[in-house]
Amino acid sequence: MKIGICAKVTADTDARLSPSADGGSFEFSGKSVVGPYDMFAVEEAVQTKEKHGGDTVVFTVGAESDVLSQLRGSVLALGVDKAVIVEDPALANADALGVARALAKAIEAEGVDLVFCGKQAIDDDNVQVPAMIAGLLGWAQVSRVTAFAVDGTSFTATRAMDGGIKQVVSGNLPVLITAERGLNTPRYAKLPAIMKAKKKPTERRDLAALGLSAEAVAPKVSTSAYGSPPERPSGKIIEGDTDTVVAELVRLLREEAKVL
Amino acid sequence: MSSFLDPYLDDSHRVFRELCRRFAEEQLAPHAEAWEEAGSFPRELYAQAADAGVLAPTWPEALGGGGGDTFHGVIAGEELLRGESTGVVVGLGSLQIALPPILHLGTPEQHRRFIVPVLAGEQIAALAITEPGTGSDVAAVRTRAEPDGDGDGYRITGSKTFITSGVRADLVVVLARTGDDPHGGLTFFVVERGMAGFEVSRALRKTGWWASDTAELHFDGVQVPASHRLGDEGSGFSALMRNFEGERLMLAINGTALAALSLEHALAYAHQREAFGRPLKKLQVIRHKLAEMQTQVASAQTLTYAVADRMRRGEPCISEVALAKNHASLVARDVCWEAVQIFGGMGYMRETVVERFARDARLLPIGGGTQEIMNEIICRFGLGL
Ligand SMILES: Cc1cc2nc3c(=O)[nH]c(=O)nc-3n(C[C@H](O)[C@H](O)[C@H](O)COP(=O)(O)OP(=O)(O)OC[C@H]3O[C@@H](n4cnc5c(N)ncnc54)[C@H](O)[C@@H]3O)c2cc1C
Repeated sequence: MKIGICAKVTADTDARLSPSADGGSFEFSGKSVVGPYDMFAVEEAVQTKEKHGGDTVVFTVGAESDVLSQLRGSVLALGVDKAVIVEDPALANADALGVARALAKAIEAEGVDLVFCGKQAIDDDNVQVPAMIAGLLGWAQVSRVTAFAVDGTSFTATRAMDGGIKQVVSGNLPVLITAERGLNTPRYAKLPAIMKAKKKPTERRDLAALGLSAEAVAPKVSTSAYGSPPERPSGKIIEGDTDTVVAELVRLLREEAKVL
Repeated sequence: MSSFLDPYLDDSHRVFRELCRRFAEEQLAPHAEAWEEAGSFPRELYAQAADAGVLAPTWPEALGGGGGDTFHGVIAGEELLRGESTGVVVGLGSLQIALPPILHLGTPEQHRRFIVPVLAGEQIAALAITEPGTGSDVAAVRTRAEPDGDGDGYRITGSKTFITSGVRADLVVVLARTGDDPHGGLTFFVVERGMAGFEVSRALRKTGWWASDTAELHFDGVQVPASHRLGDEGSGFSALMRNFEGERLMLAINGTALAALSLEHALAYAHQREAFGRPLKKLQVIRHKLAEMQTQVASAQTLTYAVADRMRRGEPCISEVALAKNHASLVARDVCWEAVQIFGGMGYMRETVVERFARDARLLPIGGGTQEIMNEIICRFGLGL
């Protein structure tokens, strides 16, 4: 079995995102990481490989210089065998459909039977790419999965629904799964695996290599501006003895915050 | 803090640093004060550290180590100290000085038997060189290993002292005299807990390193089979010299990290503590103190990392590592002292990490070869004096 993972290198959850000075793009300060939902996908792929054998390959769209070190450290070091990085100038401003087209082609080229994605990236919160990939490939898709098993050519997956209801679905491979929190507990990489990850193959593909033209990934939606949320008013420190502090806090919660 | 390290590192080091830091912050720091006060940490921590992959990063993978390079060891030394107990770091770390003689002199069978369980965190290893009568002058070691009349084994008689992890060690790598030549008559043996005549005569109380146990050991005609001798008779002294390089690098890293972390604590305190209506960080005397501490930390880091890099390349660096250890020891002394000063009275209280680190730093110019012995080495090997 060949198992794929789509993973995005994004700003860490505690990094600060902010619109650039001209509002045309957004920037972040702090670390970049492979998103937490994508890490559930990585873990599930590795566990599936450990149970059933096969090969694992991670796909991403981005500049190799920005993403390779994270892919090695967080994905290949956990046991994934290979990385395919789709990098092309035409993808710099791609929208979700453009990214999905590129990933779908790369997945097709590798001959993958099963793909795990995070349910969403944690920067732009678009939640579109996995569904589009499944659509472009004509595959089954199950979203927000909290439990998963393969048996031969069929699979069973448990989905999280509103109100905590669980839905159990089944079908045949190929399928694209998006991972919800709770699917598994991602392992920590051990040093021998981290060392081995240094030597694992990574391949860079441009659009031409995937048989795509720049037009095929041209954005159908373009961003006109990014704006910041309004500044939050600064906090208040209430001083005095306990009775005064409590009375004042209750008054503020009632009159200013209007939550009581 | 790590910027001076960057030129020496690749992604594997960055990921490994995160792993070590997480282990230190989650598994060590919350218990540091209790373990320090108790003078001990749970034995299970060895296995936990081995499972997490932070116990033996530089050891061969085939023996259960991490298969990393010198800088993975440097990073573990720095990050585990974020667990806020030098005692824990050196307690977990006693294998780093105890096992190299087995690795370098031992047979594959000895590797399997003695090294593997220690790297798995199942057994504790200690190194026993120093004796009540001699420390710096290793060639004056008096513990004797005499041929045992009944076979090809030995009987070991003597005492060792100041032995890190000696109180609960399962195996002790002992330097003993098999011949009269001061240097050429020394040989390493593995003595196991439970062997008749081997006892822990005293657990010693110390200025710092509280969570790590330190022992005086007594050997009363302990019978050891020849399979417990490491290498040929007389191979002990040169193996010990090689051992010292690794130990001194780790002590230099420890000094660098004690200083760097004390500075971090002092900086945080200077932001938060007010005196005369202003935070300490606004007082020029404190600001300049912090700037000087930062300068000292940077000097210890650059020197120590440069020496570690030489070691990674396999270049001889006996005098370089001696001067890195001395420099880091002095930097730790000064920076840890000043961090206490910035904390004021709070810095004298046992609940603060800077208080603990200032005590711990006192060991550095003594252990692993004293400051004076390092200077002798620099004179001989560095200056040709
Ligand atoms: C906490 C702790 C843990 C330790 N752990 C271990 C361990 O695990 N295993 C182990 O074997 N040992 C261990 N040691 C022992 C340590 O290595 C010795 O204490 C150290 O080597 C110094 O030896 P000494 O104490 O006998 O001092 P001495 O050799 O008696 O020295 C006393 C003083 O004289 C100076 N001096 C000696 N010779 C010269 C000279 N030629 N020129 C100038 N000055 C000189 C020394 O620098 C020192 O200032 C530990 C010590 C401590 C404190």
